[in-house]
Amino acid sequence: MAKNDLMSGSLWDQYSNKVTTLMNAPTNQGEITQEECDTVGHKLIVADFGAESCGDAVRLYWEVDPQNDTIVNSKFKSFGCGTAIASSDMMAELCIGKTVQEAVKITNIDVEMALRDDPETPAVPPQKMHCSVMAYDVIKKAAGLYLGVDEGSFETEIIVCECARVSLGTLKEVIRLNDLTTIEQITDYTKAGGFCKSCIKPGGHEAREYYLVDILNGVRHEMELEKLHNAADAGITGDFETMTMVQKIKAIDAVIDESIRQFLIMDGGNVEIIDVKDSPEYIDIYIRYLGACNGCASSSTGTLYAIESTLKEKLSNKIRVLPI
Amino acid sequence: MNVYLDNNATTMVDPAVVEAMMPFFSEIYGNPNSLHRYGTASHPAITKAINQMYKGINASDKDDIVFTSCATEANNWVLKSVWIDKIMHGEKNHIVTTEIEHPSVLSACKFLEDQGVKVTYLPVNDQGVVEAHTVRSFITEKTALVSIMWANNETGMIFPIKEIGEICKEKGVLFHTDGVQAVGKIPVDMQDVHVDFMSMSAHKFHGPKGIGALYIRDSQKLTPLLHGGEQMGGRRSGTLNVPYMIGMGKALELATENIQEKMASIAAKRDRLEDALLSGLTDVFTVGDRANRTPNTILISIRGVEGEGMLWDLNNALIGASTGSACASADLEANSVMLAIGADNELAHTGIRLSLSRFTTDAEIDYVIERFESAVKRLRAISSSYAIVQPTAGGEAGEHHPHH
Repeated sequence: MAKNDLMSGSLWDQYSNKVTTLMNAPTNQGEITQEECDTVGHKLIVADFGAESCGDAVRLYWEVDPQNDTIVNSKFKSFGCGTAIASSDMMAELCIGKTVQEAVKITNIDVEMALRDDPETPAVPPQKMHCSVMAYDVIKKAAGLYLGVDEGSFETEIIVCECARVSLGTLKEVIRLNDLTTIEQITDYTKAGGFCKSCIKPGGHEAREYYLVDILNGVRHEMELEKLHNAADAGITGDFETMTMVQKIKAIDAVIDESIRQFLIMDGGNVEIIDVKDSPEYIDIYIRYLGACNGCASSSTGTLYAIESTLKEKLSNKIRVLPI
Repeated sequence: MNVYLDNNATTMVDPAVVEAMMPFFSEIYGNPNSLHRYGTASHPAITKAINQMYKGINASDKDDIVFTSCATEANNWVLKSVWIDKIMHGEKNHIVTTEIEHPSVLSACKFLEDQGVKVTYLPVNDQGVVEAHTVRSFITEKTALVSIMWANNETGMIFPIKEIGEICKEKGVLFHTDGVQAVGKIPVDMQDVHVDFMSMSAHKFHGPKGIGALYIRDSQKLTPLLHGGEQMGGRRSGTLNVPYMIGMGKALELATENIQEKMASIAAKRDRLEDALLSGLTDVFTVGDRANRTPNTILISIRGVEGEGMLWDLNNALIGASTGSACASADLEANSVMLAIGADNELAHTGIRLSLSRFTTDAEIDYVIERFESAVKRLRAISSSYAIVQPTAGGEAGEHHPHH
């Protein structure tokens, strides 16, 4: 809460002009019939997603040229609010001219980005993001139908939120793609947890197999591990100064392992980290020399300088290395 | 044409009310608690406003009507102070309310639940009304308070306050009613019903925002919510909001004098609008018998047209209406009243509330009928609910189990 949150209710003012224009006059609204497709030898694909009882439903129509899998025409019908209609319209627009294989790569982000007036300003407020997620889902469904891939997979996917019919896969993907960190964001983006709330955490009126809190924690944990992994792989470039203490120690260890320890070992010595102390001006790393290094004259001059400058170069200028 | 049909949310301040308030901003502005002439200058007008309030709801002189900042304050005051008086410092531990109260009651009840109070949320019938016998069956020895609204904001349905009052009296349980949607719209006679506390709000009957009141039967004990300078006999501290009290009194007088005539005039326009929409459109229905509804309210469900989408088109036509349905509210809930009355889930997102006032004109009704129908036509043309070409085999939306 702060000054900008004191006034609510200006939801529609946060829509881009494109959203407003498409809601008022959607360009791809309508249906494609079997007859139209038959006369030119094209294949008709019609897929539904959502339900009126969820507050949003969309039907996507594709006319596909089977010679090259190209979507030559796409239309939609939608039960929903302004952003649902505008997102559906933009989704249909983005499909036209693409092959089915290309179309399936269209994400909710692409739809929302395409609805922006300028690249920096979101087209819709966060609580309306779910409208574009639905566009993403219905495309995948249509593509599955056309390609005949694993039609049953849509039936066996794990649905975490029954009310909004959001699958485990979608949730993991949306959390990852949009870097979501809270349950509220998940609800804004997917609608999951926005209805009966049973799927948010245990203790709701219905027991569930999966809960949003666990999924979020799981994905965040995976993302964190990947980040560390990537950081380690990249020689720990990342923002060292903002890392947690444990991350810092690991990063320091990684640099020592990669660039320092081998040279010490060649000389019959080694080094271990004793402690790391963080202050606004310095990051002090206390080390202890082992083996031949212990007592070596260079250990407080040249070797120390080499260790410190390596860590400074790879991690942070604030580092001081202090042998004990 | 600009048409405002959201009078259950708030109303235009009657210009006669503004006129009555004006002298009390820059001319007669003294603090009424001061001893000097500047303070006492407002006393006759305040006395008049108090008299207008008592007359407007036919309160007895033994009762209190305490001005508050709004009805949310009045509702919170009753719930929290009954909690203090009867639960923290008493033997009781239970409150009975309904599923479809205003958020100021429901949220306060949730807060009290967090404090360990047991709260029963009564269901409503298919008319959106809590039945008196249901209330009776849920009152226990531990019940401290029954809090049930007089009329519902979404549907306009009027609750059996007289019967519920009798039950509470018989059971020896305090009875609070949120009268916000009833006072000024239908006759409210506090000497005809047994109600211990009633909340009111001026801006629902063409008075200003920022002023409400709590009726307290027989001036009975209720620990104050606001402590301070002991204004209003120590019941509600805070410098008296003189112009707004005067505005509220005037507004209530204007709303309640010849109320039967006013009701008949508004109901005639409402009925004409409702009949036109029901006969001019297919697959629509309205909620609740008109005979038991506030005369200004229509809650209409339009199959295949999502509520916020409909509001959008009405707004483009300069018509202000409202919906409690999914997209319009931040929490994505379907219209809770529609769900509570057992409407199909898919209809819970298609409710539009039209609420008239005594300032609504026949020309406005004609205009709304025309534009409402064209909006439905346009949105149904886009709606997947009315699409003809069916999904490719396997392309149907999956089975769906809402859990409301």
